[in-house]
Amino acid sequence: MEKRPPRPYLNPYSAGVLLGIVLFLSFYITGGGLGASAAISRVQTAILDWIASGHVDRVAYFAELAGGDKNPLMHYSVYMLAGTFLGGLLSGLVNRRLRFELRKGPRISSGARLVFALLGGAVMGYGARLARGCTSGQALSGGAVLAVGSFAFMAAVFGSAYLLAWFVRRLWNE
Amino acid sequence: MAPFDLASSLNAFSYALVFSVLGIGFGAVLEMAGFGDSRKLAAQFYFRDMTVLKVMFTAIVVACVLVYLASAFELLDFSRIWVNPTYLASGIVGGLIMGVGFIVGGFCPGTSLVAAATLKIDGLFFVLGAFFGVYLFGESVARFEPFFLSTYLGRFTLPDWLGLPAGVVVLLLALVALGMFWGAEIAEAYFGEKRPWSHIRLIPYKPRKLFAALVLLIGCVALIAKGQPTPEQRWRQIAASADKLLRNRSIFVHPAEVVELKSDTALAIRIFDLRDERDFNLFHIGDSERVSGSEIADPAFIKRLLDFPDNAISFLVSNGEQRALGAWKTLKAQGVINLYIIEGGINRWLELYPLPQCVASKRDTRNKSAADERIGYRFNLAVGSRAGAAYPELEIGKWPDPCLSSDRQTRAETGESAVQEKTKTKYHYIKKVVLQRKRAVKGGCG
Repeated sequence: MEKRPPRPYLNPYSAGVLLGIVLFLSFYITGGGLGASAAISRVQTAILDWIASGHVDRVAYFAELAGGDKNPLMHYSVYMLAGTFLGGLLSGLVNRRLRFELRKGPRISSGARLVFALLGGAVMGYGARLARGCTSGQALSGGAVLAVGSFAFMAAVFGSAYLLAWFVRRLWNE
Repeated sequence: MAPFDLASSLNAFSYALVFSVLGIGFGAVLEMAGFGDSRKLAAQFYFRDMTVLKVMFTAIVVACVLVYLASAFELLDFSRIWVNPTYLASGIVGGLIMGVGFIVGGFCPGTSLVAAATLKIDGLFFVLGAFFGVYLFGESVARFEPFFLSTYLGRFTLPDWLGLPAGVVVLLLALVALGMFWGAEIAEAYFGEKRPWSHIRLIPYKPRKLFAALVLLIGCVALIAKGQPTPEQRWRQIAASADKLLRNRSIFVHPAEVVELKSDTALAIRIFDLRDERDFNLFHIGDSERVSGSEIADPAFIKRLLDFPDNAISFLVSNGEQRALGAWKTLKAQGVINLYIIEGGINRWLELYPLPQCVASKRDTRNKSAADERIGYRFNLAVGSRAGAAYPELEIGKWPDPCLSSDRQTRAETGESAVQEKTKTKYHYIKKVVLQRKRAVKGGCG
């Protein structure tokens, strides 16, 4: 059987309106916005707690999440993270985009792409904790309630990525 | 009224379910927008495909208009909405670092999850990297904690900063977003489709987009016309529940409880004295701060209270209770929590923790009631907080004895020992202070 091609992506403005409605509902129901990086930090701490519980208790930042009997996973952000993963999976299934593949620029090898993805992820994870939020938790959620820091943050993220884009053009361009 | 206190009103399963469903909506929209594809995300930074900007700013503006409209029509209490606190320096430096991660790795944390969920291998690697990154941060943050905590501006929104009504700021934001969308369309045609300038229509012409922009602007104008709730309107919203608190007197705290809480090092006790300067100088409770009636309604003062840490408890005090009650209502309407009134005011305080006779003697107060805002003592000396009665939680006797320095009386006559006895008395009271957590939910990345 021939594989049917994936459905096209949503119009960006329509997707934006939908995302805006989800974000509003999150504020309306829970009082807080959407996010991912806090939960990533919690899952990481849970893994660390499982491997080296004593170390978690000694480092203040980890102990706050998982010190002693605390379970870092019993937290709304982790439920939201699980939901985000599931939502992506469902949409991928429905829209026929669920397949093992590697997305990369045409001039870069698969191995290099994976190394850069790993590296970029590490840098992103570090920065997201320093900025107290990622693109969703800080820029999107904070921007919607007009937080000054969130707009400064957005300018920093986009400014830095645009400045660097020319230097790493081999990663993405033809 | 929304937002709802889910943690106390739902069981653990329903609580998890609500957040999971919101997450599913979030993840599904990200995937449908094409954010599972790193090439699409990275193309943003070469102006070829401006989807990231379009989706993000449409979402921000739509959510913003909806949140402020809900607040304007008193369906949503904005003071209980989590606004990411501004830490300017770490936010900007963190943002600069994240920009590097974005262009090198091709994702941000939320989108990498969606990519991983749809089995994109680069997404999986990015998520693994992010785990390592947050681990490194946890290990290293202790070394630069002062920087991490610096330039704290608290709950600080653009309307606060610009001094403009929220509706006007939302309109400006919408106009900026529309301008960026216009630029984005042109950039995509030029860099993405490689059309020559002569083949790019600079003037927006698609009726559906123009219509959507019009709806958005009408929403903003409605926001400006309606305005955000005034303190009086906000008070009406919470009047019913606040009246209950007032009727069962659960916000009036016995002085002895205040004394006990003051000596609890795990708490930050703030006492605000609402009397005029003269009475304040005659006597005030130790570490209390005088606040005038006009200052209470000052946005800067209210912001200060809203930004207090989670372990802060604030008390209001006047000579009686009336003035403190008025201030309590004002502040409560602005969403200040952990706010109490000292029962019976300074007059009751001095009854329980008296000053020496040579300093102040009790006036005839047969007709005195809590509504009476006059000080019930006749003062010979102004002691401020330099008296044992100002610090009943401390050992007595470290203050210069005002009665000895005046030659008129000897120590025995002053009744000083009786004062000391009384100040040490342990009073029985009903505990009323319950520390309320600031907000149930801290937003996505708290």
